[in-house]
Amino acid sequence: MAENKEAIQSDKPRIGVFVCHCGSNIGGFVDVPTVAEYAKTLPDVVYANDNLYTCAEDGLSSIREAIRKHNLNRVIVASCTPRTHAPLFQATCESAGLNKYLFTFVNIREHCSWVHMKEKDKATVKAKDLIRMGVSRARLLVPQEEVRVDVESTALVVGGGVSGMSAALSMADMGFPVHLVERDGELGGFVKLLNNLYVTDKGAEETIVPLIKKVNEHKNITVYTNSMLKSVEGFIGNYEVAIGHKGAEDKKIKVGTIIVATGALEYVPEGLYGYNQFPNVVTLTEFEILCKKKTLPKLKSVAFVQCAGSRGQKLSYCSRICCNVAIKNAINIVDNYENMLGLAEKQGTVVDKIPVEKKATDEILERRRRRRGRGTEGESDAEEVKLGPSEKIEVTVFNRDVMAYGVEHELNYNKAREKRVKFVRYTTENLPKVFMEDNQLKVTYFHETLKLERTMPVDMVILSTPLVAQPDAGDLSKLLKVPLGQEGFFLEAHVKLRPVDFATDGIYVCGTCKGPADISECAIQGAAAASRAAIPMAKGYVQAEALTSVVDETKCTGCGTCIAVCPYGALRKNDKGLVEAIAAACKGCGACGATCPEGAITMTNYTDAQLLAEARAALDEEV
Amino acid sequence: MTEKHHTAHHQTHAHEKKHEGEWEPKIIGFLCNWCSYAGADLCGVSRYQYPTNIRPVRVMCSTRISPHLVLDIFKAGADGILLGGCHIGDCHYISGNYYTEKRVNLMKKLLKESGIAPERLRLEWVSASEGEKFSKVVTEFTETVKALGPNKVKKDERLMSRVAAADMASETFRLKALVGKELNLVGKGNVYDNKLDPEEIEKIITEATSDEFERSLILELSRTKARSVKELGEIMEVPTDKVLRHIVLLRQNSLIAMEHPEGFTPTYKTIEIGGEQ
Repeated sequence: MAENKEAIQSDKPRIGVFVCHCGSNIGGFVDVPTVAEYAKTLPDVVYANDNLYTCAEDGLSSIREAIRKHNLNRVIVASCTPRTHAPLFQATCESAGLNKYLFTFVNIREHCSWVHMKEKDKATVKAKDLIRMGVSRARLLVPQEEVRVDVESTALVVGGGVSGMSAALSMADMGFPVHLVERDGELGGFVKLLNNLYVTDKGAEETIVPLIKKVNEHKNITVYTNSMLKSVEGFIGNYEVAIGHKGAEDKKIKVGTIIVATGALEYVPEGLYGYNQFPNVVTLTEFEILCKKKTLPKLKSVAFVQCAGSRGQKLSYCSRICCNVAIKNAINIVDNYENMLGLAEKQGTVVDKIPVEKKATDEILERRRRRRGRGTEGESDAEEVKLGPSEKIEVTVFNRDVMAYGVEHELNYNKAREKRVKFVRYTTENLPKVFMEDNQLKVTYFHETLKLERTMPVDMVILSTPLVAQPDAGDLSKLLKVPLGQEGFFLEAHVKLRPVDFATDGIYVCGTCKGPADISECAIQGAAAASRAAIPMAKGYVQAEALTSVVDETKCTGCGTCIAVCPYGALRKNDKGLVEAIAAACKGCGACGATCPEGAITMTNYTDAQLLAEARAALDEEV
Repeated sequence: MTEKHHTAHHQTHAHEKKHEGEWEPKIIGFLCNWCSYAGADLCGVSRYQYPTNIRPVRVMCSTRISPHLVLDIFKAGADGILLGGCHIGDCHYISGNYYTEKRVNLMKKLLKESGIAPERLRLEWVSASEGEKFSKVVTEFTETVKALGPNKVKKDERLMSRVAAADMASETFRLKALVGKELNLVGKGNVYDNKLDPEEIEKIITEATSDEFERSLILELSRTKARSVKELGEIMEVPTDKVLRHIVLLRQNSLIAMEHPEGFTPTYKTIEIGGEQ
């Protein structure tokens, strides 16, 4: 049936074949003139020639000329790879009035002349075969129109931390209305919990509060706190989303783009290094909360344990920010602890010990209960040696290796060393042990240089635990049909070239929900995601390549197998209970076509008939 | 019976081919645009050499390749088929190659049923940066196919009918739906939220494949000539009671009709559905 339809839709094929020498790249290893002569003998080929360089202007003009002179309705170029040169030849066809989907590329360079350099005869036979295959395919091609879909110039941002706010502000400043959804009662995300931020002199609050204010007051931003994304339907430019708010009816809005910025949590190191077992064993973030609240015990000796739970211990990856956060806090303790303690004494909030769970302060108890240690982003800066480094507090950082990357962090690391913070290495064979003896917290470690086991009494152990993915990231992943990586963080379309895009058009990602990052990186990613999302919104439309699935309603039974295999949500059931394809969302992979039990789905210009004709032609004996 | 038994035989007769010189296998390579095709491009750019036997066909994703495409091309006489996709986890279309893997599993089962050596079909993950790997894979696979000898489907009626049956079986609702839903059944669970044991579903698919193949073969064999159960059993090398069970089911679905041409022994003939199959 498909074949009949194609035959009716298109005129009798008049095919032109242009065989390229590519200088000597093809011509040196394949007998190009013979191949071009052979092409003339193939069915429906009305014109064939060979060019020195088909991609040069004279080559391109020979294509345009031949289309006009010989009334060609199919063009085949046999040269290099479609991956680099298809757009050029397609544009050439279009400029001569030929639909670009009637162009066929045959690769006789990368897949032939360059890989068979010592077998000219066989390479020539193969080039002929490849062209014969191309001709078989070309005869069945049908012209296609690209679908143009309008884009709603409104964005949705999920997550109101630094990344989400940065994205929302960037888009709002460009003039796009933004809906910002935050599930907590207020904006700010992880940073709300932190004491001070490294590399700046400012406290976390001083940084985050103005940002929150700016977002709340921006005329283009609508903030929804205590709210969650409930449902998402549609595709790029045309999403219908429902926002659920505690104790209220779901609010339905239409948006064109969606940015995911749901952040991360701090790993709770249950069962590691005496956490939740001994008093005064806390995580980095918990320590920052203590500092912020000035709920501090008197300390003489503090030990940090780096990579607590990460890099193979519980989680495989390096969380990348904890070294710098620990260094910041180490400096802060040396420089500033007495100041903080002084304030705590004034406020009467000095505590004897930070108890384990049962007796913990409210904040810590709450955090442990929710298992949502929002942590690490702390940043340092001590108040530049006002009192001189404390000789009274000893700080030891047990580490596997210190990753203080970049200029600022290396300077901070050196600064910490100057302030007599001790960095002691441990190996995975000899992890430090935290235990309680005679009512005294102690750390035993293996000194790698002395090759001796040493034990030191400490007043507090601070565990540098990694950032982990939100435990419910999978729900959002399913809602949006975007993937999670192995560690549960969101997975971008391409780690290097499309770092804030999802593979699905119209949905973007930024911040710690795609992996550990510090605040400045989150702000950068937020701005980056905003500018990516702004592209279709500023343009006002998207044009989808006409390489999509087509459902034959007369064959579809509505079983839905295809809907389950589509990674883009590009198939949906219509009013009749049958499946329809959304051209703007479809990427043309063909999963649905190969899956459909009724054979009701095919791909434009990658139909079974076309693929089979192309492959079968290879098996024909050479004429 | 598998093709391997005949391999030695074929090699000795390889010179019977009309063309002078050694017989050369024809291998079709279905390559995904984003990884394997790009890997083959890089292979060329890097000038890694390999035998000339492969004829690549570009598809957007390896997931596009349904069992029907592969079986049809074997039916058309291909000596080998290479499927190239992105590495698991790297699919340009997120999850396409997971389905490819499942489909190849079915294709191999069907090839085995039909009597075509499953080794004639090879699935390889080649990334866009693995140019050298592409040349190695093609070189190695060409050797494998050469050792297996020519695909004699066009000269062997029995094999042809079995491959045609395998092709028909691959298009049945049952097999397509099973393989299409396999990942979800194992990963997400069925509508009752029961997750199926991968081994269990593998067993179900194996049994279904064998049944669907045998039924398709009955239809294929009875297309041009009405045949008795005994005759079918002998040709198919399947016990007659099993053949009869298949026929009962095929009759219920109006796919086959009973005829009484010779005395009391009923024979069966496939009901042709007008137009395309």
